[in-house]
Amino acid sequence: MHRVTPLLICLTLVSLPWLHAEAAEMDVVLKAEQARIDAVAKASASTISVFAGAAGGGSGVIISPDGYAVTNFHVADPAGNFMKCSMPEDGGKVYDAVIVGVDPVGDVAVIKLLGRDDFPAAEIVDSNSVQAGDWCFAVGNPFLLATDLQPTVTWGIVSGVHRYQYPAGTLLEYTDCIQTNAAINPGNSGGPLFNDKGQLIGINGRGSFEKRGRVNVGVGYAISINQVMNFLGYLKSGRIIDHATLGATVSTDTEGRVVVTNILSSSDAYRRGLRYGDEIVSFGNREITTVNGFKNILGIYPRGWSIPLSYRREGKRFDTVVRLAGVHSRRELLEKSGNAPIPPSPEESPAPKEGEEKEGDDKPSRPMKPPGHPGTEEAKPPEEWKHLHAEKTGYANYQFNEAHQQRLRKALDALGDWGQSGETWSMEYTLVDNDSGTIHIGPMTVEGKMAGVNHNLEMTGDLTQKLEPAGSGGLFLTLYTWKRLLKEKFETFGEVYYLGTAPRRDFDVQYDVLVGLYDALEIRAYFDQKTGQLMVLEMFPESDSDPCEIEFSDYRESDGYTLPHRMVVRFGDDPFDIVTIKKWTVAPKDNKPASEKGA
Amino acid sequence: MQRNAFAKLGLLIVAACCVALPTGSLNAESTLREVTQDVQRKIVKIYGAGGLRGLESYQSGSLISPEGHILTAWSYVLDSSVITIVLDDGRHFVAELSAADPRFGIALLKIDAQNLPYFNLDEGVSPQAGDRILSFSNLFGIAAGDEAASVLSGYVSAVTPLEARRSAFPSAYHGPVLIVDAIVNNPGAAGGVLTDQQGNFAGLLGKELRSSRNDIWLNYAIPIAQLREPIEDLLAGRSRPVVDPEMEKPLTPLTLKHAGLVLVPDVLDKTPPYVERVEKGSLAESAKLQPDDLILYADGTLIPSQKALIEKLSYMDRDDIVSLTVLRDGQLVELTLNELQ
Repeated sequence: MHRVTPLLICLTLVSLPWLHAEAAEMDVVLKAEQARIDAVAKASASTISVFAGAAGGGSGVIISPDGYAVTNFHVADPAGNFMKCSMPEDGGKVYDAVIVGVDPVGDVAVIKLLGRDDFPAAEIVDSNSVQAGDWCFAVGNPFLLATDLQPTVTWGIVSGVHRYQYPAGTLLEYTDCIQTNAAINPGNSGGPLFNDKGQLIGINGRGSFEKRGRVNVGVGYAISINQVMNFLGYLKSGRIIDHATLGATVSTDTEGRVVVTNILSSSDAYRRGLRYGDEIVSFGNREITTVNGFKNILGIYPRGWSIPLSYRREGKRFDTVVRLAGVHSRRELLEKSGNAPIPPSPEESPAPKEGEEKEGDDKPSRPMKPPGHPGTEEAKPPEEWKHLHAEKTGYANYQFNEAHQQRLRKALDALGDWGQSGETWSMEYTLVDNDSGTIHIGPMTVEGKMAGVNHNLEMTGDLTQKLEPAGSGGLFLTLYTWKRLLKEKFETFGEVYYLGTAPRRDFDVQYDVLVGLYDALEIRAYFDQKTGQLMVLEMFPESDSDPCEIEFSDYRESDGYTLPHRMVVRFGDDPFDIVTIKKWTVAPKDNKPASEKGA
Repeated sequence: MQRNAFAKLGLLIVAACCVALPTGSLNAESTLREVTQDVQRKIVKIYGAGGLRGLESYQSGSLISPEGHILTAWSYVLDSSVITIVLDDGRHFVAELSAADPRFGIALLKIDAQNLPYFNLDEGVSPQAGDRILSFSNLFGIAAGDEAASVLSGYVSAVTPLEARRSAFPSAYHGPVLIVDAIVNNPGAAGGVLTDQQGNFAGLLGKELRSSRNDIWLNYAIPIAQLREPIEDLLAGRSRPVVDPEMEKPLTPLTLKHAGLVLVPDVLDKTPPYVERVEKGSLAESAKLQPDDLILYADGTLIPSQKALIEKLSYMDRDDIVSLTVLRDGQLVELTLNELQ
């Protein structure tokens, strides 16, 4: 008996913490399980299955309650202008969707689901916060299994980040993408990749395949959601989007540095000082150590954006901001995107080329379509939504571009009835050095005195040579186009289209950008996204020259017109001057109509 | 006395419980990130021969010493005059192939560097079926320069003997392997590493192999327990017979009988190749082999057993000249079989 007692005490002592330990562990396991269930439920709600009729289909994800959704170009393109999309809500619902904009190079398309303004949208996080070793999961429509309108969930780990995958014989190039071993199969294309909290980090679209056939072999790639968000403003413009180039090529030298091996003298990078042999130190605020790293940055920003660039020459570091040019000519892009790259299906797949393992995307092959799934009906535009699509060369859906143009026109017109303004606008100004004068912006002339020189510009002949005053890059010409943009309707200005959203030097602030083509000139008008106020006008006399830039501020009302009373003028790397306007005269002269009547 | 023993036992168990308790509360994600980053630093990219159809010119490897010893899979990629190593930090090195053991399909490379992060193989682990694993390799050559190797996650499905082939050739290794559910054996993955969730070395990713039973591509790794001894031999410079399993045997191979060599009875798993007697007028007699000689090396490779000697000779023609190193009365003696008169 005496022997047993201590044993019992021991056992009691021992079993108590064990029970506690088990309960605590159980608790942790149950909590983890519940967290995962919640994440999957949250993520699945925003995931859509795209049904493209005979053309197959894929996946997508809703990114805003008004129905904008992201998918792959290679999913949306074969589907045509309208498609059916399902989401899992209440056992499954099907909605019509219309194409909005496409990025054939980046393999991204934006579509808009129709009929609601409270779609369940995914929560988007900074995909640069993702690291190798993070848990993640893909949701989508692999092998087009979602005939019950419920998506498939595949779980895995982030295998690598900032991956670069070469264009595979087509336009498609995957830059700065996320690599995962969560199973990405045909049909997952365009669908979302989430982190373990169910937050959107990427768009699945490609895999490495080899001898085992066109099914997942542990290596899938997702376009980073940061790239998609950079392009989103452009994609919402309804245009066919091109990717960017620096106008320079780089390679790794024997010491492992990334150096410029070729540079176009017509490129912005060249004008900002970059030369052959310079070492690229950082690009897009990211340190560059490999050629892939450089290409990654080029891939995630649209053409026309201004991106910080740092380079080193003879031990000295230079920091600048470069404007990215387009990779393809307009015609080239149209030709290539009009002929969407369709990768071979497993059935007809030729043997991979020598050592070829990264071959294109994983668009579901046509024979894979299960019979009788929803959306087999021909995707003809539903009557109800027909008006939401407009054909125009260079656009996936011109209707969306027009809507943005109208929005910005409205913002301009809110500042005054410009059409009724006078034929000639006059501004009395002073410069930083107190030099003052008056500039008259007429219907076809700009004349005035600046810095002691009389200028009289006629808007005829070769405008690209009329860049007075010297050193301004064409201030008078820019003022003329500014007035023309305000006074003329967009239809009579020349060609006007909405570019999308882009930052300027400040890089962190995005503007709505309108492009206008007049004669040989191109102007870019930057609007504050919130107030709709015109903040900056850039005038490019030629495509490979620096623009004259005017930053407008101090908007005040004068005779019923709200006008800027301060203009900061820049050309290239240097400020030109600050123009302070003492008096605006834009209203029609009272005597003019009277004298006309009298005549 | 008895009471004391019980109390001690009780204390021990309580102590054990206390140790076991905190393990559940680790922050899984940040740990996995840290483990991944830590292991990635020890993985190298290897570039060598290949580049032809279906033959990638790259594979993976891992640092197993701070002085630049690299463990990798023995393959055609190493069959190159220049083997380039790229470390996780982007540094390039030209490696020397110091040794190989074809029985396990492993090779040891050496680069001239110091203070490198490395796997301590003494801390190797033996996961069992159902255990979580991570795999690290530069599969598909995705990473370049200082880009990190890929990590895949999965579970051990089984631990079982390897029955596999590459093309028509059976795999040389028949020992136990870790079969995993993650698709780890992809082009370029050979030489990569399987670890547990703490980043401890669990196995070496082998070359791509198909099961000889059902032709399915296998996802496997050779467990560290099997590799410890051969790796130690490689590190110590005791090279193993370099016999290429894909090399064809000659039509008239050299045999012990043809050489007129009789060894002591082969009764052990690794019976040492002691000479019992030498036939009159035989090649062995001409080479001046004597009874009680212990054959240590044939053609420069270590002969650990009679089986190894027979295997080694089977790849040589009857007319081939074979150099032998034997131990005789505590002395090393160099002899030559088929020496030209």
